Amino acid sequence: MLLIHCPYCEEDRSELEFRWAGEAHIARPDNIAAISDEEFAEYFFLRNNEKGLTYERWRHIHGCGRFFNAARDTVSDKFLMTYKAGLPKQPIPAETKAEAIAEEKTVETWEQMEGDAR
Amino acid sequence: MSSSSNSGAFRIKGTGRHTPARTARFTFDGKSYTALEGDTVASALLAHGVHLLGRSFKYHRPRGILSAGPEEPNALLDVSRDASRRQPNVRATVQEVFDGAKIASQNRWPSLKHDIGAFNDLLSPFFAAGFYYKTFMWPKEAWHKLYEPIIRRAAGLGEAPKEGDTDHYASRYEHCDVLIAGAGVAGLTAALSAASTGAKVILVDEQPEVGGALHFDSSTEIDGKNGYDWAQGVAAKLKAMPNVTVLNRTTVFGYYNHGFLGLVERVTDHLPLPSRDLPRERLWQVRAKKVVLATGSIERHMVFANNDRPGIMLASAARTFLNHHGVAVGRAVAVYTAHDSAYEAAFDLKRAGIDVVAIIDNRKLPGEAVLAEARSLGLEVLVGHSVVDTAGRHRVSSITVARNGEKNSRKLKVDALLVSAGWTPSVHLFSQSRGKLRFEAENDRFLPDIYAQDCISIGACNGTDDLSTLIGEALSAGAEMAGHKGADSIDAIAFAGSNLYEWTGGMIGAAEGAGPDTAVKAFVDFQHDVTAKDIRLAVREGMHSIEHIKRFTTNGMASDQGKLSNMHGLAIASEMLGRPIPQVGLTTFRAPYTPVTYGTLVAHSRGDLFDPARKTPMHHLEAAEGAEFEDVGNWKRAWYFPKRGEDMHAAVNRECKTVREVGGVFDASTLGKIEVVGPDAAQFLNLLYTNAWDTLKPGKSRYGIMTREDGFIYDDGVVGRLAEDRFHVTTTTGGAPRVLQHMEDYLQTEFPHLKVWLTSTTEQWAVIAVQGPQAREIIRPFVEGLDISAEAFTHMSVAECTVMGVPARLFRVSFTGEIGFEINVPADFGPAVWKAIWERAQSLGACLYGTETMHVLRAEKGYLIVGQDTDGTVTPDDAGYGWAVSKKKTDFVGIRGLKRPDLVREGRKQLVGLLTKDPNEVLEEGGQIVADPNQPKPMTMLGHVTSSYWSENLGRSIAMALVAGGRAKMGETLYVPMKDKTIAVEVTDVVFVDKEGGRING
Ligand SMILES: [Zn+2]
Repeated sequence: MLLIHCPYCEEDRSELEFRWAGEAHIARPDNIAAISDEEFAEYFFLRNNEKGLTYERWRHIHGCGRFFNAARDTVSDKFLMTYKAGLPKQPIPAETKAEAIAEEKTVETWEQMEGDAR
Repeated sequence: MSSSSNSGAFRIKGTGRHTPARTARFTFDGKSYTALEGDTVASALLAHGVHLLGRSFKYHRPRGILSAGPEEPNALLDVSRDASRRQPNVRATVQEVFDGAKIASQNRWPSLKHDIGAFNDLLSPFFAAGFYYKTFMWPKEAWHKLYEPIIRRAAGLGEAPKEGDTDHYASRYEHCDVLIAGAGVAGLTAALSAASTGAKVILVDEQPEVGGALHFDSSTEIDGKNGYDWAQGVAAKLKAMPNVTVLNRTTVFGYYNHGFLGLVERVTDHLPLPSRDLPRERLWQVRAKKVVLATGSIERHMVFANNDRPGIMLASAARTFLNHHGVAVGRAVAVYTAHDSAYEAAFDLKRAGIDVVAIIDNRKLPGEAVLAEARSLGLEVLVGHSVVDTAGRHRVSSITVARNGEKNSRKLKVDALLVSAGWTPSVHLFSQSRGKLRFEAENDRFLPDIYAQDCISIGACNGTDDLSTLIGEALSAGAEMAGHKGADSIDAIAFAGSNLYEWTGGMIGAAEGAGPDTAVKAFVDFQHDVTAKDIRLAVREGMHSIEHIKRFTTNGMASDQGKLSNMHGLAIASEMLGRPIPQVGLTTFRAPYTPVTYGTLVAHSRGDLFDPARKTPMHHLEAAEGAEFEDVGNWKRAWYFPKRGEDMHAAVNRECKTVREVGGVFDASTLGKIEVVGPDAAQFLNLLYTNAWDTLKPGKSRYGIMTREDGFIYDDGVVGRLAEDRFHVTTTTGGAPRVLQHMEDYLQTEFPHLKVWLTSTTEQWAVIAVQGPQAREIIRPFVEGLDISAEAFTHMSVAECTVMGVPARLFRVSFTGEIGFEINVPADFGPAVWKAIWERAQSLGACLYGTETMHVLRAEKGYLIVGQDTDGTVTPDDAGYGWAVSKKKTDFVGIRGLKRPDLVREGRKQLVGLLTKDPNEVLEEGGQIVADPNQPKPMTMLGHVTSSYWSENLGRSIAMALVAGGRAKMGETLYVPMKDKTIAVEVTDVVFVDKEGGRING
């Protein structure tokens, strides 16, 4: 069970209070009616689904109700930071990042195990 | 042989920690026994010389007790208090005896001593690893008729209870600074150290008393006391501290993300007459800032031929039975070991007066300290020897011993054989926390290496064997995890400990006499009957990853999760593959550490509390009128109101006719309601719905369709404008939460510049719908301050007024095609208004109607139900609601998606009406539609039936369907092929009743 810091409540609260809301920093085009099919597909359908550092949205649905942004390492499930909706993509502080990446190398994953097996 | 009166002939006077006078009676397979309080089922049965406890899973071989702890793979029993409180697969080594316990062996028929399934043992050449995968493949039909019934009968251990569980279970959340898992020397020491700093500490241990290995290890002294006594003293001291919680009989079964741990506390399983107020078990969900893992280590067995007979057990287990329970596991006992620690079992037994036949040590160089003590006690030690076979049908009766590498052997008569291949650190929780292990080759063990969470491993689970080092490690770990890095707090509580003997040695994998002969059964995994041969076979058949070998052989996949077998299996695989162990890999440790009952995980969430039922304010009044209810999401909705003698069909027919002829009253409170308020409210709704809202005048309402960005229908509902800046939005019954989430998402993140506030008001309003030609007449006397005449209050009007003095919002809307009103009053006033309206409606000949009639009436008018007539791939135009999509707006959610090539192409599925050629035939919803029923299979399917009903008003069936190019097929005949017949249908308009729509405006 994750422990998530809501940047509005300024509290660490249990994952039970939150709902994941997809990849962050995908802005709805201002001229959406005019964009091409390719641009629409890029905006609406395609997601990075990256392993490792990911920017994603969460909603404190059973708390203040606010949507916010989070940087999470999907390998270790560590939250590197959370920040309010509307702010631009925040850089990860250097020391936090180094720590996260060190963990990434050392934590065994199913993929690594299966990769070895193949 | 000295023994206490009736608690068993194998009780040894002067040993053990139980009080002889405190006894408990229990039965095992119908026979009555006396135990001492504090006994486990295992120790109580061993005290009476009972070693045969069950049959093995696959081969039905006789099995006894292997261990004295939670790692037990063999001694799984059925324990009950009464019919409703019975549990299979209880470990005899964990379950404490309570007075009146009824205990039975498992996996045997007709009896434990004569088991038909033992035939499998003779057939074992056919039951090798992978047997099921290879054998039961062909022919396909044989699966259902032959193989599956046989496998199902044979599979599974124990019998699931048939009655509901009458115990109750509790659940609790807790937070702490430091959680310590394990209360052996390391855990207790760390707890003292952490607690002395004032930190909030939780100390957890799975046994009834603290002490861990001190239960059996009689030669340890700490702080000048016998180790076990020291431990109890420390526990008493800790329990008296206000910042410490000590949980006995509690297992940390899972270590999850961010310091979150799952604990199960066994509250009553050891009590003879537990109070009904007590939960049987309690789930603790703990968020710990830091965690200290002091989980100890588990002794391994030796892998050799026929190593599974009852009477063969771990050396440390025999010490627990003797030193803690006062029970000798035999009268002529041999020890077979590759580790010094087992010698101490021989010493303890010898000193208790038991005949120790021999110590067989398969190493060339045992530890000098234990060797010297063995000599001084006059014990025969066979160094560089192995036990190559055993005999004895229901219990070991002899062992065959040979010098390593030599053929000559001799037999020794024994009634128990104690084995030890060394100790495996318990790294389960560390591994669950996603920490990474390293392999320490010189001691054949995996140890914690790199931590993923704020935890630290100490003591045996960290590979720290020496007692002084261990105490030092625990003292500093406790203080450090509590946030004190200095040495002062440690100095204040420092103490010394000592062991009599230093321990060395250990082996993993197969010992002498474990094959390669393919007939030899040298068990690696007792619970799943996996032998050394099976693992070799898996490698020969091409399994090269330990993950594959595990699944092919099922080694380590039983409920004990391979606590004894994993390292042996890994070593055998490594040898076969010719690759070092770290390259073969280790399977992942997963929660739970030991089995956890469903009752504990479910706790209070069962029966009525499993899922909340949402009831409308008028629910009890509808129930009093005889309503049948249906579940719609969590809502209980009145489905229909049968009169005496009516079935559902008759009731719905009557309700449908009455509403169209006179009128009906319907509870519409479950409709989702969202109050949208603010200067930019109209602009916001313009963006969220396909319709235009700025043109809607206050006092009017409009049917709105909401699409997602992809252009597909997401929800629909009537939206009333009460003022320039205030809208009363309704959603589908099931859609309210997701519509609000959808709106909040756009408002907070895409359109945050708009001044709009959203409030869920679903439960704030009771909604009474009155429909039918007499609807106005029914409500007229109750509406105050509003002219509701046909001219003044036209269809789609909305107004605030009072109804019976209650502030109300009155909508003129219709989901039936008749004159209709929806009266919204504050929820608490709903029942009073409902009663008055229903009384008057009744006097005018109207009826109550439920959701089934609502569905039929709306279908007669071709009104859409989102989620029934749409499925997430239907556009407004597909549904025939193209008119609801504004052509003038330059932006709304879905505007771009609706222009996608696939959404504007010809031939999309469109919502149409269907009339069966036979008017009495009612189609099945979901039925597939084809143009030519005689075409070869697979047929080209044009669409499916979405709604289908008997319409009493029309005296025939009606249906709605999504059909490819449907609107261009009006009048055509299509077919719905069913299992036993093909139904011909005509494609029609979706409106079946009052096509001109005159009735609604009356
Ligand atoms: Zn919040």
